[in-house]
Amino acid sequence: MHSDQAEVKKSVRSYMTVFVMLMVFTVLTVAASRFHLAVPVAITLALVIAAMKGSMVASVFMHLSHEKRAIYGALLLTIVFFLVLLFIPVLSMMDHIGTPK
Amino acid sequence: MIIPYTVEARPDTGLHNGKLGIWLFLASEVMLFGALFSSYILLRVGAPEWPHHELSVKLGAINTIILISSSVTMVMAWASLKMNDFKKHRLYLLATFALSAFFLVNKYFEYSEHLSKGEGPWHSTFFAIYFTMTGLHGLHILGGMVVMAYFLGPGAGLWKKNPEQFTNRIEITGLYWHFVDLVWIFLFPVLYLL
Repeated sequence: MHSDQAEVKKSVRSYMTVFVMLMVFTVLTVAASRFHLAVPVAITLALVIAAMKGSMVASVFMHLSHEKRAIYGALLLTIVFFLVLLFIPVLSMMDHIGTPK
Repeated sequence: MIIPYTVEARPDTGLHNGKLGIWLFLASEVMLFGALFSSYILLRVGAPEWPHHELSVKLGAINTIILISSSVTMVMAWASLKMNDFKKHRLYLLATFALSAFFLVNKYFEYSEHLSKGEGPWHSTFFAIYFTMTGLHGLHILGGMVVMAYFLGPGAGLWKKNPEQFTNRIEITGLYWHFVDLVWIFLFPVLYLL
């Protein structure tokens, strides 16, 4: 139990670091939106920052940086299906339904 | 009846059942929100024009700060239990509950302002997807609050009877809560900034 507590104490420090980083990234993303960048650049930048924030939450707060294989397996499958879902709209753009011949 | 593997890890997965269960549930949640994000892309790409700056960035940013802070208090509520400090755990859990209530109050003001201007879901495609996505997210916040209220109230008794099982339950609640935070981390730039 003692070593467990020491481990948790160490984790608390990383929680605080991530908290500060998340705040900094939030300020950055709002600041970047004020520069009126070109839409593709703005979208890429905002999504990259969001992805970095999301991965910090997942790896540190949700302990995904040191999880069991069963969870990684379930998540890998989820990511594959999520990507398929995300790109389903692309299929609708490739067909010619409703367009005059 | 005794439910097996609520504390000890199952030999084949190396996890207690609750943890595997919540991750499978979160996987289904990824698909639920994923379908909405996919719909958003389809609507946005198909629209001849997409409105910008329709929402208050200030309110959205405040809510982002609130949710990030609530994620930290939530993980601290679990860490306090791991360090055998039940009093601190209750304080952190109460703080998480309060922060989530602030989030919803903020959202209420935001919704009322738009509705008073006639900007309901019927107003435009943008507001339709905005209300759908943030409404579903808001319901998740509400669901999390119900669970937290249970562990602040009647569910807290388990700490005395079986502290390890109680700690596991708080960990599972935390995993759900961080996921709700994670969804907002993407909703904020997508709806408010872009």
